[in-house]
Amino acid sequence: MTVTIPTPTRETAADAPRHRAARRRRRRPDNDTARWPVAVLGWLGSLLLFSPIAYMLLKSVQTETDAASPAPKLVFQPTLGHYRDAFGAGFWAYAGNSIAVAVVSTVLVLALALPAAYALSVRPIRKSQDALFFFISTKMMPIAAGIIPVYVVAQHLHLLNTVTVLIILHLGMNLPLAVWMIRSFLQEVPGEVLEAAALDGAGRLRTMRSIVLPLIRPGLWSTALLCCVFSWNEYFYAVNLTTTTSTLPVFMQKFLSFGELYTAQVAAVATVVSVPVVVLGWICQRSLVRGLLFGAVK
Amino acid sequence: MTTLAQPAAPAKTGPRRGSWSRRAPLLPALVITLVLTQIPFVLTIWYSVQHWNLMAPGQKSFAGLANYRATFTDETFWKAIKNTVILTGASTVASIAVGLVLALLLQKRFPGRGVARTLAITPFFVMPVAAALFWRSAMFDPSFGLLGRLTDAVGMARVNWLSDQSMLSIVLITSWRWTPFAMLVLLAGLQALPDEQLEAARVDGAGWWWQFRGVIAPHLRPFLELTALLLSMNIIQTFGEIALLTAGGPAYGTTNITYYVHLRAFNSFDFGTASAYGLVTLVLTIALAMPALRLLSGIFRQEGRR
Repeated sequence: MTVTIPTPTRETAADAPRHRAARRRRRRPDNDTARWPVAVLGWLGSLLLFSPIAYMLLKSVQTETDAASPAPKLVFQPTLGHYRDAFGAGFWAYAGNSIAVAVVSTVLVLALALPAAYALSVRPIRKSQDALFFFISTKMMPIAAGIIPVYVVAQHLHLLNTVTVLIILHLGMNLPLAVWMIRSFLQEVPGEVLEAAALDGAGRLRTMRSIVLPLIRPGLWSTALLCCVFSWNEYFYAVNLTTTTSTLPVFMQKFLSFGELYTAQVAAVATVVSVPVVVLGWICQRSLVRGLLFGAVK
Repeated sequence: MTTLAQPAAPAKTGPRRGSWSRRAPLLPALVITLVLTQIPFVLTIWYSVQHWNLMAPGQKSFAGLANYRATFTDETFWKAIKNTVILTGASTVASIAVGLVLALLLQKRFPGRGVARTLAITPFFVMPVAAALFWRSAMFDPSFGLLGRLTDAVGMARVNWLSDQSMLSIVLITSWRWTPFAMLVLLAGLQALPDEQLEAARVDGAGWWWQFRGVIAPHLRPFLELTALLLSMNIIQTFGEIALLTAGGPAYGTTNITYYVHLRAFNSFDFGTASAYGLVTLVLTIALAMPALRLLSGIFRQEGRR
């Protein structure tokens, strides 16, 4: 299958302003700006998608009586009581595990993915495309197809119900993604920079450490944040391999039995566990597409 | 002949391209990925030809194709396949439709566009388990839920969402979570559209619809296909929403394959049959993954030529 995606021509820094000025003259003024009905609809659409979350925030500061009232209450006495209660009942143990799993697995992912991405871009091996597509193909395999051996092996190694097993599996889950993302950032480092460093007598490690790494640092950060988000939200491995020593999604399960009378409490806990990842997601939204499409589109 | 992306640095003379010094940095990641993702599949094949139920007395024994026979004669399995197809198909189509409209609306500059985009992508990040629990009591609940009030407002009867419209409920929350994904990918696609083409269409006097049909849609096609494939590969694995909202019911009405494998393995402890289910799932997913990989490599090749 052939896919044609016309790409805009790149401008060099020097003639960019001239170019842009010329284009501005050529264009009608409202070419890049939305007309007001589009803007209004755009806002409405975004708000519609966001509305369940807004509703969650609203419920979380209501008393259970207000939250269960027959008509949605917009005027009420707000309370932070549910947030205070959210942190009780073993919350911190699960939260600590969630943080440990996300941070440790992400650090390991970056430590392994950076050299791998280097070997697939800056100084590529033969058949680097095959290796790349191997990584991506593992992301497309259903987790259900491998869960039973994972469970059996973890049982033999006495790793069931431990943080370790989740770290290992999240490593496998995020590594392919990180290799692709970091590779796409390395790909953008101009070849001339590397050549200049080599001419100045810098070795490969030195070039990497003092020139390439600073250049791709923002990219590394957003890769790390995205890996943390996926690790934090992961539920399938957590629920099948761990019970009492587990992460926040498993902690959340117990609210299933609370029923409808505790809507406000559920809303508060759901908000608390979601805030960290939502903030991370907002921070790395610029590189998000790259992560979701494995760096194929910027 | 496929030359995908150009390396950032020109290949230098010196050690051969395939030499070990080049390969070494790749090996740890490659080996770990192989071990963590490929060996389980091989073991699954092995388990799938064993009689192996943790609840039944006796050790495991060779079963031949008995588990597969059991799989294909199991009505619930076929039901799970059907549910998977409905859930995946409906959610993918809904996410793409809404995502495309949003992408078109949020493409051009307007006051607060950045904030609007940020709000729109938020459902993708909220912890799915937390969102499912909140939807359960605050959205779907027949007496307290917001959806019940919406149906009241338009004069419809109250719907007991999770029991009477269970599949629709799952499709609704799944589409809500994945719409931002579709929107982001399609926005990226729209941004790659050269202004000149639209400009030309406009100069020719093409109206909004004709610009869309004549220029935007053909350009977006590979992105739409890719979105569809990536979405369906992800939605096929839907698990948390089903576990927390309907527990696969009523009467297996919302059990998809992922959830059925989980039930078989960890509720009935029938590891042999569950492995056979898992492998069938694998084969089905590969059928989706192959075209997705081909599409990605096509887009990738184009980007590499920049």
